[in-house]
Amino acid sequence: MTIAPTHKPTFADIPLSERLAKATPLLLVPVLVLVGLAAIGNPSSWLTLTVSGLAMGMMIFIIASGLTLVFGLMDVINFGHGAFISVGAFVGISVLLALGGWAGAPSLLLNLLVVLLAVIAAMIVTGGLGWAFEKVIVRPVYGAHLKQILVTVGGLIVIEQLIAVVWGPEEIFFSRPETLKGAFTFWGAALEKYRILAVAVGLGLFVAMRLVFRRTKIGLIVRAGVENGEMVEALGYRLSRVFIGVFIAGSALAGLGGVMWGLYQEVITASMGEELMILVFIVVIIGGLGSVEGAFIGALLVGLLQNYVAFLEPKLALVSNIALMTAILMWRPQGMLPVVKAK
Amino acid sequence: MLVKLLSGDKPRSLALTLILLAILVALALAPFLFPGVRSLETAARICIFIVLVASYDLLLGYTGIVSFAHTMFFGLGAYGVALASIHMGRGYDALLTGTVLGALAAALLALVIAMFSLRVRAIFFAMITLAVASAVAVLVSQMSGLTGGEDGLNYMIPRELTPAFRLGELFGVRINGKVLNYYLVFFASLGLFLLMLRVVNSPFGRVLKAIRENDFRAESIGYNVVWYRTIATCLSAATAAVAGSLFAIWLRYVGPDTTLSFEIMLDILLMVVIGGMGTMYGAVIGATIFVLAQNYLQTLMGAASEATGGIPLLPQLLDPDRWLLWLGILFILSVYFFPTGIVGRLRAGR
Amino acid sequence: MSEPVLKLKGVETDIAQYHILKKVDLDVPRGSVTMLLGRNGVGKTTTLRTIIGHWQARAGSITFDGNDITRLPVPDRARAGIGFVPEDMGIFADLTVEENMILAAISGPLDAARRDWLFSVFPPLRTFWNAAAGNLSGGQKQMLSIARAMAERRTLYLIDEPTKGLAPAIISTMVGALRELKAQGASILMVEQNFAVAKALGDHAAVMDDGRIVWTGSMAELANDATLQERLMGLSMEMQ
Repeated sequence: MTIAPTHKPTFADIPLSERLAKATPLLLVPVLVLVGLAAIGNPSSWLTLTVSGLAMGMMIFIIASGLTLVFGLMDVINFGHGAFISVGAFVGISVLLALGGWAGAPSLLLNLLVVLLAVIAAMIVTGGLGWAFEKVIVRPVYGAHLKQILVTVGGLIVIEQLIAVVWGPEEIFFSRPETLKGAFTFWGAALEKYRILAVAVGLGLFVAMRLVFRRTKIGLIVRAGVENGEMVEALGYRLSRVFIGVFIAGSALAGLGGVMWGLYQEVITASMGEELMILVFIVVIIGGLGSVEGAFIGALLVGLLQNYVAFLEPKLALVSNIALMTAILMWRPQGMLPVVKAK
Repeated sequence: MLVKLLSGDKPRSLALTLILLAILVALALAPFLFPGVRSLETAARICIFIVLVASYDLLLGYTGIVSFAHTMFFGLGAYGVALASIHMGRGYDALLTGTVLGALAAALLALVIAMFSLRVRAIFFAMITLAVASAVAVLVSQMSGLTGGEDGLNYMIPRELTPAFRLGELFGVRINGKVLNYYLVFFASLGLFLLMLRVVNSPFGRVLKAIRENDFRAESIGYNVVWYRTIATCLSAATAAVAGSLFAIWLRYVGPDTTLSFEIMLDILLMVVIGGMGTMYGAVIGATIFVLAQNYLQTLMGAASEATGGIPLLPQLLDPDRWLLWLGILFILSVYFFPTGIVGRLRAGR
Repeated sequence: MSEPVLKLKGVETDIAQYHILKKVDLDVPRGSVTMLLGRNGVGKTTTLRTIIGHWQARAGSITFDGNDITRLPVPDRARAGIGFVPEDMGIFADLTVEENMILAAISGPLDAARRDWLFSVFPPLRTFWNAAAGNLSGGQKQMLSIARAMAERRTLYLIDEPTKGLAPAIISTMVGALRELKAQGASILMVEQNFAVAKALGDHAAVMDDGRIVWTGSMAELANDATLQERLMGLSMEMQ
């Protein structure tokens, strides 16, 4: 028997329609932006709304990415994810208020430094909380969706209530650091500085995540684990450890999202996480559970649509996202970029 | 005859039988045993929540689906009665129309949600119901022209069901329209509960249980799993709506806080889990304990909070507003340690 | 003969409420190819999955290289030196061929000499190095799946039906690759339905029926005894 292959290697041709099917979700964002322009008419209002929609989308993406990965990797659905948003916001804003002198100084450097410190504190606390949450709340109910949903909802309630115990039941109002207040004017459109910062942070994070997923071994393990965890273990990788790492990172990202959302709204409440989770769930469902790219596109669509509709017909803003979800599920019942699960 | 009324689903535990009988007698004779406005209020609330929780159990316990939209369906029934009473004028026809339309709307909405989510995977349902229910709650509070917004709606119901209608005295208790209203609520709740008991013990209910145990296997035997789950969802939604209608008839008021809030959704979850999922009788026990605790325990917490005034943190933890904190902890512990709830415990300890 | 590399004693495995492996006793001799044969549904795949740990044995013991691995987590068994090629090939369709191979090299970067050797055994891997594994043809996926197990030098390879549904030309590539693997001193436990392949590769054979090993012996002995085959496996394995 010979070793040399007697067959000719051929590449299975991907039909054009399939390639298009993969690309369409990516096209939805520019299409929505153009439809928005047509519906709004006024280019400067449109630009303001677009930036604001992108900022909102980026923040939702930051929160959603961890949730969708945790699901993809271990089939764990964490309804308590919202608690990390609230805790992150309260920790971060506490730091911001404690360093009021730096936040109030008209120096961009000091202002960014205080925001950075707030973010770091929030991420450390929520990351640690995520570690504990995984051990105490999630670990005992692996593989049982019904119990997972019930228990993580319980965890959400308890953490929200503890926030009220620690920080008091009232919402906290505050203002952004000095140099992040106000707006630029660009082609007649007012672009809030903070929103541009939020877009930059979100984009940077997305690019960084893509690099990790494409270029590092741990990223490859996570991607492979989402697809076929059993095989990753059979190769010799301890998926449960990878999962804890992802859970902690996802919780820390939710904390980051919480600080950013708090700075965006300039008010924080214990239930802000729970309220944001509704948008986050919509995003992970339309993106395809387990898909980070899907969550990114979904978050931008939700952010943009919410802002456009809020301008055109304020009362329909939240309902518009339900409509978007309905439309996308009619088109693709598994979401835009469903993760191909082995078996 | 009695066994037939219970659809052959006996409590299967002496202690459970006694407790259920005690609750039944207490509720049946509530106006005479516990006279007073507050206790009648509590008794009616227990009746209505037994139906609401049992209808949720039909979904969670018998079908294994988690929904966060049960209050939405409850609210649909309540607003149905309110809107019908306002627009058709005071009358029984308005109550009936509102109830029927509310139940139909709930079933229809449940059908649409189920078609979108159950077709893919059951956990979609939990997330989608959460999103839709919150959107509806926002919508109801925004569309104040129709729904009264945050303030809710007050309306008139037939005079025979209000305190203004007096009948005389019986066993030293003044019988008025409110007592008649209570018996309307009581008998309607009893009937609905027995009806649900019938459903879960019918061939249909047995298929649901088979799906809950192993949906893959049920599918391979040839049952259309999605279809069965969808029907269960619609049935559960319609029953919740009727419970909402009863609530609206009893209160003569509807508002987002009393019918649509996420807090009530959590209450329902807790009642089901504490009572015992997938047992129906768990709904009776869970609702009774919970409503009693809610009405009387918060007072106790307030007292405890004041008594511990000097100690740091404890007063905040015991503040009546932190009632939900303890419920949450209780909830997590019950899911871990008493997954079969009180009914499961009583049956096991027979 | 030296001590067997793998020893199963009285292994029982349940899947949900079904009792699949009833009592499996099996020795896999070192440095040779053992064929696990039998009709469909008798527990061959379950045996392999129990050895790697995807199913947990309820009773009995599994000894690998002198160590008891019965309760070890899956990754630890792999790191102890067991390579696994599942029936569905288990390739990561979203990842490129290269990324699949990077993951396969668990102890560090993929060794260049080993990679070149794998290229010589499976030339299509070189051609499609940067393509998504999901876009490969069935035969190429199977090559990748086996190459992935071969990326690291392992003591024992568990291979589940590597020739299922493949064209004859690709089957001969597979057979050649597995011979090279054996020539390097590896032990192989393989489930195979294609009797010609089993005969060409196997040194030993173990036949399963209804969750038990019912016959063990040399592959040649089984191959030459048509009545034995008929008795053990029915008519499913006709001589080719």
